[in-house]
Amino acid sequence: MASCSVEDVLAKAERDEAEKLKGITVNKELDLEFDPGNLLAFDKNRIDTREFKDGKREDFLRSLARDNTQLLINEIWKLPTERVEEVIVAKLPEPTTLLPREKPAPKPKPPTKWEQFAKLKGIQKKKKTNLVWDEVHKEWKRRWGYKRAKDDTKEWLIEVPEKADPNEDQFAKKNKAKKERVARNEYNRLKNIARAQKIKVPGMGLAPTPKQSKAELAQAVNIAKISTASVGKFQDNLPKEKKPKNTGKRRKFQPLIGDFSSEKQKQLDLLKVMDSKKPRLDITKAVNKQMREEDMEARQKNKKDFGKKGQRGKMSGKGKGKAGGKGKGQGPKGKGRKPQMKQGKR
Amino acid sequence: MRPLTDEETKTMFEKLSKYIGENIKLLIDRPDGTYCFRLHNDRVYYMSDKILKLATNISRDKLVSVGTCFGKFTKTQKFRLHTTALDFLAPYAKFKVWVKPGSEQSFLYGNHIMKSGLGRITENTAQYQGVVVFSMADVPLGFGVAAKTTQECRKVDPMSIVVFHQADIGEYIRSEDTLT
Repeated sequence: MASCSVEDVLAKAERDEAEKLKGITVNKELDLEFDPGNLLAFDKNRIDTREFKDGKREDFLRSLARDNTQLLINEIWKLPTERVEEVIVAKLPEPTTLLPREKPAPKPKPPTKWEQFAKLKGIQKKKKTNLVWDEVHKEWKRRWGYKRAKDDTKEWLIEVPEKADPNEDQFAKKNKAKKERVARNEYNRLKNIARAQKIKVPGMGLAPTPKQSKAELAQAVNIAKISTASVGKFQDNLPKEKKPKNTGKRRKFQPLIGDFSSEKQKQLDLLKVMDSKKPRLDITKAVNKQMREEDMEARQKNKKDFGKKGQRGKMSGKGKGKAGGKGKGQGPKGKGRKPQMKQGKR
Repeated sequence: MRPLTDEETKTMFEKLSKYIGENIKLLIDRPDGTYCFRLHNDRVYYMSDKILKLATNISRDKLVSVGTCFGKFTKTQKFRLHTTALDFLAPYAKFKVWVKPGSEQSFLYGNHIMKSGLGRITENTAQYQGVVVFSMADVPLGFGVAAKTTQECRKVDPMSIVVFHQADIGEYIRSEDTLT
């Protein structure tokens, strides 16, 4: 019995050894195609359908996977190795299989303004060297950018031109010009992008800038006001808001020698309208008349106290006052009469 | 040169009506010919159509004056009446002021009229009413604005101003250069 079991054990050990050995060498009809860069192995061998039956399927798949992985690892062992922190690492080569794109290919961008112009004029792009010899500093400097060869803003001496104001700061002027160029470049770049993506850019003065001047704000307000369906007709004004001057429309006048009769008619109509707007009862005139009548009465009283002198004059005065009557006070006075003012009355 | 716009016509008529009231109709609608107002270099000129047609032959920069200058529009579109309009406005004036011979000279030098120089004044003159100033011989001397109503004129002391000076014929000599 013991010898049987020993024999069994030995046999079993031998089988295991064989299994292990079998592992390293794999026989395949067709050799596999390897792409060690992607850790990829293509197996183009035919599969025996008999081995794919139920029951045997799992075992078959497992053994197939094991064989192919073994072959792949054999391939990896063939690659150059290096030691990284006590671990042997194989250096993978470049992957040879082309993987399909994850995202769709980018559409070609529309040409920028300059590109359009260059194409139109036939201007070719000229290759320029990156470094330029700077005579002043006696070294090679880059053509543009940080520490460039001919830096306009770094000049230590600027001659004041003849026609310039002597109190003007030429250095500040150069710096300002540089800033303006940079800003304009940036603006054009953004415009190119907007054109490429077909984004609508608001006109001058409407795009929000960090610090807007009074005029720009006023312009923005005016444009916002007329941006309604009825072009700003029903927008209320603030209490002290003034109407914008120079709305951009050119004034149109009547022709110099137009129809004289129509001109006359228009003016007469205008006069008629003006007359109708005047109040029929002029308040000041009414007040004046009232005052005059009161004056007359006061004088009457005085005269009575004083005596009979000038009573006749007084009577006529009273008559005049009464005749002053209704309406605008013209009445019997009319135009031609020379109304008198009594001087001596105190 | 161009015709007046509606707003300009309105402003001007308002100013004229202060002096001559409804008689502006007589200026517009004349039996003896068609007369019109035209604007040139901010000044308003009153001329007959014949003169207008002749004036069109002169270039704008060379044209100095056409017909009679009634006044000018200031920068803020207010209308200022000039002495040169006197001849047309005097016969149609609604409210008149007569000046004593003694103070004629003073008025012609550009001073206001004081109560002591006042000869006569039309009845019912409102305060700040536009008036035409005459000498005692009924010669038109200029324009003014009544500082006091006729009523008040009777009561005030002799040294107070009754008529503010606006324009007078002395300006023909004093401001020869600025008149057109």
